[in-house]
Amino acid sequence: MAYNCIVPIKQVPDTKRITGETMNDDGTVNRGALPAIFNPEDLNALELALQIKERFGGKVTAITMGLPAASAILRESLYRGADDAILITDKRCAASDTLATSYILSCAVKKLEFDIVLCGRQAIDGDTAQVGPQLAEKLSVPQITYLEELLSLENRSIVAKRNIGSGWQEVKCKLPVLLTVIGEANEPRVSVARRLMKYKRARTPIEIEMQVKQDNPDAGDSELKQLAQKKVDELEEKGLLIKQWDLDFLGADLQWCGRDGSPTKVHRIQSVILTARESKTVEPTEQGIADMVHELIKDKTIS
Amino acid sequence: MISVNRKGEVWVFAEQHGGKLEDIGLELLGRARMLADSLGVKAAAVLIGDEVKALAERLCHYGADKVYVLEHPLLEHYQANSYSRVIYDLVHKNKPQIMIYGATPCGRDLAPRVASATKAGLTADCTDLQIGDHTNKDVVHKNLLLQIRPAFGGNIIATIINYDRWPQMATVREGVMPMPEPVASRRGQIVVEKAHVAHDDLPLEILNEHKREKKVNLKASRMVVSGGAGVGSKENFRLIWDLANALGAAPGATRAAVDLGFIDRDHQVGQTGTTVRPSLYIAVGISGAIQHQAGMSGSQKIIAINNDPEAPIFDIAHYKIVGDLNEVVPRMIKAIKARV
Repeated sequence: MAYNCIVPIKQVPDTKRITGETMNDDGTVNRGALPAIFNPEDLNALELALQIKERFGGKVTAITMGLPAASAILRESLYRGADDAILITDKRCAASDTLATSYILSCAVKKLEFDIVLCGRQAIDGDTAQVGPQLAEKLSVPQITYLEELLSLENRSIVAKRNIGSGWQEVKCKLPVLLTVIGEANEPRVSVARRLMKYKRARTPIEIEMQVKQDNPDAGDSELKQLAQKKVDELEEKGLLIKQWDLDFLGADLQWCGRDGSPTKVHRIQSVILTARESKTVEPTEQGIADMVHELIKDKTIS
Repeated sequence: MISVNRKGEVWVFAEQHGGKLEDIGLELLGRARMLADSLGVKAAAVLIGDEVKALAERLCHYGADKVYVLEHPLLEHYQANSYSRVIYDLVHKNKPQIMIYGATPCGRDLAPRVASATKAGLTADCTDLQIGDHTNKDVVHKNLLLQIRPAFGGNIIATIINYDRWPQMATVREGVMPMPEPVASRRGQIVVEKAHVAHDDLPLEILNEHKREKKVNLKASRMVVSGGAGVGSKENFRLIWDLANALGAAPGATRAAVDLGFIDRDHQVGQTGTTVRPSLYIAVGISGAIQHQAGMSGSQKIIAINNDPEAPIFDIAHYKIVGDLNEVVPRMIKAIKARV
C-alpha cells in the first residue's frame, strides 16, 4: 500500500553560528550574515518520509514557505530523494507568525493528496514547535508529536513511539495524520550523487526570471518574459521545474496571512551577547575561597 | 478568537496525569496570581480529567481564586484533540484575557492546537511574563501580557505581545517560575463545567506508556554544581556530589562527562540537555564548549574552576579560580560548611 507523504520544511539561519559580528547594534540578529540551512529536524522528517516511500511506495513532496532563496532546501530535498518540490513565496506572507504560517501551509497541503504530513518538531530559529500541531488542527487531522520511532504502518493505520520527556508512549492512529519528528528518530541520509547531478539544475520560475534578466541585460520586458517562459517550459519537460505557488494560487484568505493574520507581534528585542563579564579572579587558597563564599552568602546567592 | 476583554480572568492549564497534579501548573499559578492582581481580575485554574475534582482544593492553596473542573470518562487520558476541544468551548464561554500552559511535552502538544482552533496568538517557551503597555502607531494598548522568551538559539530575548486577538496565550518552561508557598487556609470557587466530548475526539489509541522519574530536577534548582571531563573519573565525580550536597544544589554535568559515564544523562546541562538559569552555577573541570554555555550562560553568578587559565568557560565566569579542582573543591566545601 502506497502512501503520499508531504514534508513541510523551513530554511533557517544557522543559529549555532551566531557571534558578536552577526548581531546588529540594536540587538537584532543580522540574518544575512548567517548561513541559511535546512532546519535540522525537518531533515529527520524528510528521512522518515523517504523510508516510508522505500518500504511501502508512494510519493514524497517537500514544501516550503519562504523567500525565493529557500528553493535551495527544496533542491536539497530532491537530492535526497523527494519526488516533488513546491515553493510558496509571496510578499504578503511576510511577518507571518506560527498561526498565519500554519494557515498558509494548510491551504497548500489541501491542494495535494496526502496520507501523512511529516514536520520537524521545531525550527532552530524560533524553537516554538507550534506550526506542526497548528497545521494538524487546520487540516482537521490528528497529530502525533515528538515521534521517536515509527513502529508500524499497515491498513492505513500507524503505530508510533513518542518521546514524552520523562518517558515514552506508543500510540496508534488512523490515517491521515500529521507527525512531528524529533532529531533522535533517525540519521538523515546525505544527497545521492546521481540525483544531485540531475537536480542541481532544478529551478523555480522566479529563479529563472532572475537568471534570464542577468543574462540579457539589454532585453526588453516582453522579450525577457518570453525567454523566461521558454526556459520554464524546457525545465518542466525535463522534470526540473520546482513548483512555485503564491497566495492567489492557494486561494488563501488574506486576513489570515502575513502581518494581518498574525496575532502575535514583537514588542521588543534585546540581545544576549556573550561578552566578557565583570569578573574576579579568586586565588585557589583557603583564604581566597573563603572570601568568595562569604561574599556569595552576603549577597544571598548562597542561602 | 475572542475580542479584547479587560475583565477577563487569568487562566492556568493545570496539567495532571493519572490524578496527580504536575508541579508546572502550581508554578504557573504563582505568576498567574501576580498577573491577575496587577490587572484586578481573578486567577483561575483549568482542571481537566476524569474524577479530578478533588485536586481543585490544592490549586486554590497555590493561588487560584477559581477552578474550572471539566470531568468526563473520555478525558481520563490526555489527548490533543479532546483536551483542545473542551478548552475551546470553555474559552468561548468565559472569555479569559490570558491563558498560560506549561511548556511540557503535553503543553506544547496542546496549546498550539487550542491556539489554532481559537485563532489566538501563542508564544512558546516563555521564561518571564509581565504586564505592560505597548504603543503601535500612536495607539497605546495598556496592560498587555508581555511574553518574554529567548530566541535564535538563546542569542536574543524577544518580548511578544498580542493586542487584538485574545486570549493572550503562552507556554512557560518548567522550573522558570518560582513555586509559590501554599496556604492551606486559602479557599476558592469550584466551577464544574459540562465537558462535551465524544469518541471522535479521541483519534489516538494509547497502546503503551512508560514513565520514569528524572533523577534530578535541574530546572527547579537555585544552585547547580556541574562537572566536566576534567573531573577525571566517576570516583572523582564524588567531589561534585559533595559540593552540591554542601550547598543544597543540584549536580549537573557536561555532555562529555555524561558520555564518559561519570553521571547519568538526566544531569546533562547544555544544548542537548537541560537549560538552567540558577542564581549560582559552579563549573568544575569544564572547558566551556559553546553547546554547554548555551545551557547555562543565563545563570546569575558563575564560578569556574579549571587548571587551564585559557579555558573558554572563564570568558563568562564571574569568579575565576585557576587551580587544581581536587584542592579547590574541598576548600570550598569547608568554607561553606563553616559559614552556613
